[in-house]
Amino acid sequence: MNKIKTLADLKRMQENVKSKVSLRDKASRAEDLVQVKVAMATCGIASGAKEVMEFFVVELDKRGIEAVVTQTGCMGYCFAEPTVEITLKDKDPVVFGYVDTKKADEIIEKYIKDGEFVDGIIPRNYETIK
Amino acid sequence: MHILVCGGTGCQSSDSAKIQSNLEKELALKRLQDDVQVIRTGCFGFCEKGPIVNVLPDNTFYVEVKPEDAKEIIDEHVIKGRRVERLLYVDPEKEKHVEDSKHMGFYKKQLRIALRNCGFIDPENIEEAIAHDAYQALGKVLAEYTPEETIEVVKKSQLRGRGGGGFPAGLKWEITRKSVSDKKYVVCNADEGDPGAFMDRSILEGDPHSVLEAMAICGYCIGSDEGLIYIRAEYPLAIKRLKIAIEQAESFGLLGENIMGTGFNFKIRLRYGAGAFVCGEETSLIHSMEGKRGEPTNKPPFPSVRGYLGKPTNVNNVETFANIPAIILKGAEWFASIGTENSKGTKVFALAGKINNVGLIEVPMGITLREIIYEIGGGIKGGKKFKAIQTGGPSGGCLTEKHLDTPIDYDNLLKAGSMMGSGGMIVMDEDDCMVSVAKFYMDFIVEESCGKCAPCRIGNKRLYEILDRITQGKGTIEDLAKLRNLSSVIKDTSLCGLGQTSPNPVLSTLTNFEEEYIEHVVDKKCRSGQCKNLSYYVIDEELCVGCGACLRNCPVHAITGEKRQAHHINTDLCIRCDACIAKCSFDAIRIQSEPKILAHK
Repeated sequence: MNKIKTLADLKRMQENVKSKVSLRDKASRAEDLVQVKVAMATCGIASGAKEVMEFFVVELDKRGIEAVVTQTGCMGYCFAEPTVEITLKDKDPVVFGYVDTKKADEIIEKYIKDGEFVDGIIPRNYETIK
Repeated sequence: MHILVCGGTGCQSSDSAKIQSNLEKELALKRLQDDVQVIRTGCFGFCEKGPIVNVLPDNTFYVEVKPEDAKEIIDEHVIKGRRVERLLYVDPEKEKHVEDSKHMGFYKKQLRIALRNCGFIDPENIEEAIAHDAYQALGKVLAEYTPEETIEVVKKSQLRGRGGGGFPAGLKWEITRKSVSDKKYVVCNADEGDPGAFMDRSILEGDPHSVLEAMAICGYCIGSDEGLIYIRAEYPLAIKRLKIAIEQAESFGLLGENIMGTGFNFKIRLRYGAGAFVCGEETSLIHSMEGKRGEPTNKPPFPSVRGYLGKPTNVNNVETFANIPAIILKGAEWFASIGTENSKGTKVFALAGKINNVGLIEVPMGITLREIIYEIGGGIKGGKKFKAIQTGGPSGGCLTEKHLDTPIDYDNLLKAGSMMGSGGMIVMDEDDCMVSVAKFYMDFIVEESCGKCAPCRIGNKRLYEILDRITQGKGTIEDLAKLRNLSSVIKDTSLCGLGQTSPNPVLSTLTNFEEEYIEHVVDKKCRSGQCKNLSYYVIDEELCVGCGACLRNCPVHAITGEKRQAHHINTDLCIRCDACIAKCSFDAIRIQSEPKILAHK
């Protein structure tokens, strides 16, 4: 263990360890951030949802977008796996189908950054029973 | 995804460690151990419904989780993304499941400063603490402030001692700084002794670094290089976590020699107490640390002039320290903007007794008792009527319905005949007998009085005897005047804070519930049925089937009656042993203040 020798050391260290707990800090203000839910049921994982999720986690961080990336269950669109639901602040959630890492990249650049729709949106065809 | 499992003493005793290991096992089985982290945190405060499991980032708040629920949480929530409904908290009013803590009445009115990291970080991992600003305040103080400037910040924040007395913390630091000596000490008072109080324990268990950091800041301000934490040996978990925290802080160079390259040295050691109430008083505490008997001495000299080993010593309570880093980082103005005119910031209370949400809360000063009891506490257990709330432990007093809307701060509580104390709050309902409550506290005081001065040693014993006599039905109306006289003598002549406040429970119950005392001594009645000698055991004829179970088991043959006919208890013979109640399968026997059945069920 390297000792902390200056206040700057401590600040640097805080930056390093912050990522480990950032999920918890973001959770307390999730409504204000971009929320990404990756369907990670058997069907999703089999079609590569794990890599997609990893991609979102790493890339969003790299591109400086504050987001909460979580896994969720099967959304029912097994034909279109991997599926990803994106909720931008103050907007209705949108579900994208057939998301591979290339598509994910497009989603980040266009939809998340500019709110511009891209191909592959699965229209909402259900009502949630409240 | 992060799964937070409460690792406070309360939840650990209901198997939260097993929940954690089961969760980890399930995750390993599903090969999710790298994607989902299980973290053991400090107390969430919602002890009533523990063990608590909090799943993030969706902030799902599971209550009363059992080790065998781990599989369902992983299978349903983590893998399929469906919340486990049956483990969610049910709002007692709306009878609806509440998914996250933000919407729970228990958390809505709370403001967490001292508890800012409790239930949020792993207390055994310094990195988590550092990520949440631990030691930043120490770094800032060492790099940017002189000791005088730091004291000025603490003074400006108007932080008052959270151990009970409410002495301004900044002023205490300044006095200790001005004492001239080659060696000075910083002492953290973690000898939490009030019955039903567990604020300090929870802070030390949930966020030990906040206290260590504040002690170092205090050391810098007063010119000390050594801190001591006086903690009772009954807090094994807090001790364990403190030891780990000290070790980690030392290995990171955040405690020890030449902290952050500034030349400032500070080390912290633990001192164990044997759990004596009087050792919460600072002079007794210091004697106990020196290896002497835990007895108080006259003040002055105050510890800030002559304390541990004769050296100037600054003694502060755990919660006081826990506020310091937040004040340094966010500023004195921010802290002083919270609370009432003479009581700034927040206060942690331990809610206990006949209340729905037993637990640990932190609220801004100036909140009313009504808000605490009905909104945060969820009301009285079993829908009963609120009667009184004891604040400040055995040194405090009880507040009643007429105080429900009084804003709580140091001065208002004193005015109402109680005190802030360390923050215990015990709620009583209509079934509690106030004379018995006073007797309970006097019993505690008699046990805990150190015996050094006569008023406390003998006077409290006499108070106890009078109260005992009253509950036995042998009291007279003159006893009430005697209680008042004796109480004021004890208050005026005792040596230390323990004796000076010990008659408070008697005085405040006498003031607020005089009619109940009079009933006991004049009418020989106890309306709650708690004083057995003043109550009657009666059989409800409508419920009694005449099975004879009570009759056969009565050791004094006080029960008569024909088979299949309602039975009857002869009150003159009855010794109130409860044997009949234990045997009755029909719930037909009642303890009440009248010899006749009052109302049928």
